[in-house]
Amino acid sequence: MNKIIPWLMYFGLATSLQAQAQTAPDARSLAASCAACHGTNGNAQGSMVTLAGTHQQVIAQKMQDYKAGRVPTATVMHQLAKGYTDDEINAIAAYFAAQKK
Amino acid sequence: MQRRHLLQTGSALGVMGLMSGCASPSGQGPKVVVIGAGYAGATAAKYIRMWSDYGIQVTLVEPNPAFVSCPLSNLVLGGSKRMADITSPYDNLVRRHGVKWVQDRATSIDVDKRVVQLAGGSALSYDRLIVSPGVDFMWDSLPGMKQAGAQDKVLHAWKGGPQTLALRQQLEAMPDGGVFAMSIPLGPYRCPPGPYERACQVATYFSQNKPKSKVLILDANDDVTSKGALFKKAWAERYAGMIEYRPKHQLVDVDAASGTLKFEFNDDLKANVLNVIPPMRAGDIAFKTGLATANQRWCEVDFLTFESKAAKNVHVLGDAIQIAPAMPKSGHMANQHGKTCAAAVVALLTGQAVNQTPVYNNTCYSFVSAKDVVHVASVHRYDADKKTMLAVPGSGGLSAAANELEGVYALAWAQNIWADTLA
Repeated sequence: MNKIIPWLMYFGLATSLQAQAQTAPDARSLAASCAACHGTNGNAQGSMVTLAGTHQQVIAQKMQDYKAGRVPTATVMHQLAKGYTDDEINAIAAYFAAQKK
Repeated sequence: MQRRHLLQTGSALGVMGLMSGCASPSGQGPKVVVIGAGYAGATAAKYIRMWSDYGIQVTLVEPNPAFVSCPLSNLVLGGSKRMADITSPYDNLVRRHGVKWVQDRATSIDVDKRVVQLAGGSALSYDRLIVSPGVDFMWDSLPGMKQAGAQDKVLHAWKGGPQTLALRQQLEAMPDGGVFAMSIPLGPYRCPPGPYERACQVATYFSQNKPKSKVLILDANDDVTSKGALFKKAWAERYAGMIEYRPKHQLVDVDAASGTLKFEFNDDLKANVLNVIPPMRAGDIAFKTGLATANQRWCEVDFLTFESKAAKNVHVLGDAIQIAPAMPKSGHMANQHGKTCAAAVVALLTGQAVNQTPVYNNTCYSFVSAKDVVHVASVHRYDADKKTMLAVPGSGGLSAAANELEGVYALAWAQNIWADTLA
């Protein structure tokens, strides 16, 4: 019995992770949609803003500012930010925050 | 640091990959073959390697020796960029990511046996195939263009490459006071705003070098198909008397020898330099394989995986697909197709769930002069009921006016998307 219980727990955990994966935003794919301008995994080339390793809250707050029209100097980001839900913005921010610069 | 990390991982496995064989992959792991290393195909190849932790073998079939960007190629016509500025090597896909690049052309696909035949004689087997051939032209609709030499004289320059430079040379050879006439096909075609940007770029060159010359835009469409108000403003304010726009001009034939365009309803027109952007369809290999099921022009796909609706285990990307509503045929969009498909292919080959809610964006810059730029942007989200990608209401938009700051961003966009696609 002692050997079976960890396996049951393992399968229970695996099932709950799978269920979560079906509803939670796919952070890696969402973040990849930013990479065309901000570089693979947020490591930008040249003068573009690097997102890799930036604090999650900094990215999320900036996106919310764009989304709410609070960035008067915005050229395109205010238009793009409006296309993503708050959950998606948080997932994107967490993903980039976890990337190595 | 990220790059160095990738370099180490990629090169170790890349060497294994290279040692395992040349044209036919024989190493460990599932096999993916990608036909075409443009914005979609090269991105898919790189991201499948990355997202499978370098476990899936990827063979990329591309005959061209280097990547030449279609975006920014109009600046070569305008004179502010040279071919070298829009050309990038494929080496990083091989060295950093262990993609096997076969410099050859795919001539046929056996979708039942899952084998791609190459012009050089070898064959590649696959577990999943990605067809990313871009567009080819429907020359049957312009009979005169099929005559010997016609396509060398009347250029399209609608694929970044030798014709880009050749058209620039035709502009250089044209006398001041001459007319450059460009024909635009009915949509859908690759890069909706591209022809109108081209008009601006040719006019930029004329303004500086041949100020008595004219740019004549002969558009089969009822009106400018993208960024219309912004382009018309640029033409009126910057190129008054030089650029003339004529809508509803459906081209039906070309006499290359006499330099004459022939239209369905309008009078014939002669010009010093003709630039015919012909009607287009999915690239030849997709067409020949029977993947172009929409109107015999474009390839219908499942937008969750980009798998063809006509052939199992075959995915189609980029300009070759039957687009979703409001989805442009653009390099930026092709890059996004590449990643969505890469994630799905990795999931399918490793027994994981495919993402059911893809969301991605398009950002497209056009140069109305050497420095001033206008953009159009959009965000697209999968609609499970309609089974297609739809523009998110309230998102996206246009530049308020042409400006130099976006000119800086446009060049940064190019630098970043080239790296994301190829390095």
